[in-house]
Amino acid sequence: MAAETGWKPDAAQAIIEAGKSAPGALLPILHALQDAFGYIDRSAVPVIAEALNLSRAEVHGVITFYHDFRAAPPGERVLKLCRAESCQAMGCETLVAHLAARHGIAVDATTTDGRLTVETVYCLGNCALSPAAMLDGELLGRVDAALLDDLCRPQPGSVS
Amino acid sequence: MSAPTRIFVPRDAAALSVGAERVAAALATEAERRGVPIEIVRNGSRGLFWLEPLVEVETAAGRIAYGPVKPADVAALFAADFLHGGAHALALGLTEDISYLKNQERLTFARCGVIDPLSVADYRAHGGFAGLERALGVAPAEIVREVTSSGLRGRGGAGFPTGIKWKTVLDTPAEQKYIVCNADEGDSGTFADRLLMEGDPLCLIEGMTIAGLAVGASEGFIYLRSEYPHAHRVLNAAIAVAEAAGYLGASVCGSGRAFRLEVRLGAGAYICGEETALLDSLEGKRGVVRAKPPLPAISGLFGQPTVINNVISLASVPWIMAHGAAAYAAFGMGRSRGTLPIQLAGNVKRGGLIEKAFGLTLRQLIEDYGGGTASGRPLRAVQVGGPLGAYFPESLLDTPLDYEAFLAVKGMLGHGGVVVFDDTVDLAEQARFAFHFCAVESCGKCTPCRIGAVRGRETVERIIAGIERPKNFAVLDDLCTLMTDASLCALGGLTPIPVVSALTHFRQDFERARPVPPAE
Ligand SMILES: Cc1cc2nc3c(=O)[nH]c(=O)nc-3n(C[C@H](O)[C@H](O)[C@H](O)COP(=O)(O)O)c2cc1C
Ligand code: SF4
Ligand code: FES
Repeated sequence: MAAETGWKPDAAQAIIEAGKSAPGALLPILHALQDAFGYIDRSAVPVIAEALNLSRAEVHGVITFYHDFRAAPPGERVLKLCRAESCQAMGCETLVAHLAARHGIAVDATTTDGRLTVETVYCLGNCALSPAAMLDGELLGRVDAALLDDLCRPQPGSVS
Repeated sequence: MSAPTRIFVPRDAAALSVGAERVAAALATEAERRGVPIEIVRNGSRGLFWLEPLVEVETAAGRIAYGPVKPADVAALFAADFLHGGAHALALGLTEDISYLKNQERLTFARCGVIDPLSVADYRAHGGFAGLERALGVAPAEIVREVTSSGLRGRGGAGFPTGIKWKTVLDTPAEQKYIVCNADEGDSGTFADRLLMEGDPLCLIEGMTIAGLAVGASEGFIYLRSEYPHAHRVLNAAIAVAEAAGYLGASVCGSGRAFRLEVRLGAGAYICGEETALLDSLEGKRGVVRAKPPLPAISGLFGQPTVINNVISLASVPWIMAHGAAAYAAFGMGRSRGTLPIQLAGNVKRGGLIEKAFGLTLRQLIEDYGGGTASGRPLRAVQVGGPLGAYFPESLLDTPLDYEAFLAVKGMLGHGGVVVFDDTVDLAEQARFAFHFCAVESCGKCTPCRIGAVRGRETVERIIAGIERPKNFAVLDDLCTLMTDASLCALGGLTPIPVVSALTHFRQDFERARPVPPAE
């Protein structure tokens, strides 16, 4: 989900405290932080490290290992565009080219106005309805240029 | 007033992705407007995705299907009296008689799309928990024997006999053992795990519980990829429902034996589908592949004996326990026993899930079920088994879907994903992508993969650009041999499969002149 607010250290601390006693707590904590804020602020690293009795390097290493975790806030909306083989077979790279040519939007970047982040993903499990994408957690099938044009219009929100 | 007519509108993510939610809303509104009593059941999907949103109406004659339905069709459907199976352009007849479905052998997916995924009563009414009840009445070793003699092999990709794995865990004494379900389903072209988890989650829960009873494990984890938020919600709800009904918890069905289940999310790393990387990830670490031995069956999650199986492997167990190993083994061919849920995807008219006994050929699958390419252009290549699987030309389409038959043509069945490409595909670009994917997803532990994938991508790019082709073909051959022989796990070890198959069957794509170099 897109971030609605900025990073709140107190709220972050509470999330970390609430999750720290489960076995293998680090990933669930990181997910909870990203769900709440849209990204994981650097300032969380020492707090998590202390709560879980890990080194800062270990925590940093985990955050950077996984493609999901963001170090900076995303745009208001996040579009994950599948670029794996089944979607390739149905033209997902044409969509990538369309975003660039028509809207000046690059994949794996956020628009300068902060409205939209487009990210590459490899398979959303919707391969029988390729090309697939996920918009703010909502799965989309048979994505076409018109749908992307809709999304890139000044007033976002209508993708039906 | 007459009882409300039951209408089924899937809540499966794929159905939602083409508007099932809006269709359900339109149905409710129109029924209200007309004052007609209906009950909308949100089932899973039947896996006939080109027909989604597929709406089914329960009639005296059986369930009648309409699809693909758009919100704008709803008023006309009511006008055509679809509540009594009335004729309409979208009418498909009895769902069970749709040939795509009728010709399948649905054992593991028997309930998927049929029942309300979160109703224990529905689940039981369709044979659910019969396997667990039998398992509760026999010794652990008996369960393991049953699974072994069914011939079930892991559906996650490696095809290892499930019963043998379970026996190792059963025979390894420990205070705490674990059942881990591999729901990372990272292969492009696959969605069977997702479909089952959303459409019949209690079946997976039952399978994991039986596994727990079989090996003496009281705790289970489902490691679910984060790309599946819908499945996440359904699984959590299903666990709560199963707990409330006494099927999970401190005393499974009052047996005094405990089994608890928790869902954990991955974080977008393909390598976390590899079982040892998955275990590290569950422990809260980077998903780096562990050297084997020790086997996870002996020292797995938190160092304890652990069964780790794919979703479909585990979800096949309730049927085997309920109907017997012999009944399951009666399906299939050679050493591939039972059924394989095949996922037909890519450039194909009728993509979906086809659960069939092993032995169907690719051609039967793509032509009879798939109806040819979606674009209407000639088929050129088929990739089987995900990103590490081979690209086959038309001439190999008569290969039967069977573990050994695929090895014989230098491919693999993997998780059963089949991706069709038409004649616009460029196999040199697909080979480049295979290396690119490996480079992006490598865990970095061993050099052949970490460095080899990047070099491989560069080398294919040079070949595409026409730079020193003979020399670069030789480099590519060496690299593929090195990665195959010296990688620690199958990500590096099998990336040469798509590359070499492209080189073998589609050499002309690498050799022809190109007007422009590739992007990126
Ligand atoms: C790179 C890589 C990715 C894998 N991804 C998956 C996956 O997404 N799902 C899965 O069940 N198995 C996957 N596997 C296979 C697992 O390592 C393991 O064989 C499987 O979980 C065992 O369960 P099974 O015997 O029931 O198939 C992958 C293996 C490799 C090397
Ligand atoms: S082959 Fe690649 S993914 Fe597998 S262990 Fe080596 S570096 Fe990691
Ligand atoms: S390959 Fe795009 S959804 Fe599976």
